Amino acid sequence: MDRLYGTALRLTGNPDDAQDVVAEAVSKAWSKLDDLRDLESMEGWLFRILNNAFVSQWRRRRTRDEVEREAVETSDAGDFSLFQQLHQPFLLWWGTPEQQFLNDVLQEDLQKALDALPDGFRVAIVLVEVQGYTYEEVSALLEIPVGTVRSRLSRGRALLQKALWQQASEAGLVHGRHPSDSGAGDST
Amino acid sequence: MSEDKLNCEEVIEQLFTYLDGELDHVHSAAIDRHLERCRDCFSRAEFEKRLRERIRASAKASAPDSLHRRVKGLLDQY
Repeated sequence: MDRLYGTALRLTGNPDDAQDVVAEAVSKAWSKLDDLRDLESMEGWLFRILNNAFVSQWRRRRTRDEVEREAVETSDAGDFSLFQQLHQPFLLWWGTPEQQFLNDVLQEDLQKALDALPDGFRVAIVLVEVQGYTYEEVSALLEIPVGTVRSRLSRGRALLQKALWQQASEAGLVHGRHPSDSGAGDST
Repeated sequence: MSEDKLNCEEVIEQLFTYLDGELDHVHSAAIDRHLERCRDCFSRAEFEKRLRERIRASAKASAPDSLHRRVKGLLDQY
């Protein structure tokens, strides 16, 4: 139950919607239990039902046009890279700023940055990076072209890394240029 | 572009596709070879891998009691 809820929480970005998705998924899974032929594949089967339940609820709440409009209107992070902001090539491997950043960044900050992404970007990242979906599988689930999956991943990752950099700067974890000074966000 | 002689720019361009497991065997092997001999690209790849692990870990959460009760209620109906 925890894994289903955790995944739903990252997909939806909020606890109430996550509970609705899990409840719907468990209910559907229970009613279709006879369709499950191999108990060993139960986990994958359950997560597929969860993802489908999420997509159904998501579509009921928002039209595709709204999702696309949000993606277009979101300020573009260009090809912003946390690594490029942090990396100092003359330092040795251990104790480098980028390693330090990964050690210091809080799980709570990551969740906050992920949840704040536009829906279309967050969902693509969660499906690929958390659940290990292929681009084709995401394309089929969300009924969007593979090229759109690629573009949402790319823009979503840049936005996520830029948000993490901003959070870290505000918390005093990193010292350097603000993203808006680097030209990384000026490509719109 | 020869897969055997990728430059850093080409590797970074394909890095996420590589980490997502979406490259074919030939391109993936070419990136593996580049990462074995390029410290900067290797460092970048390791950073992105570790960040991805942190993102994956962000999906760990404890289901609240209210959800347990709700699910139990649903299952009791069957």
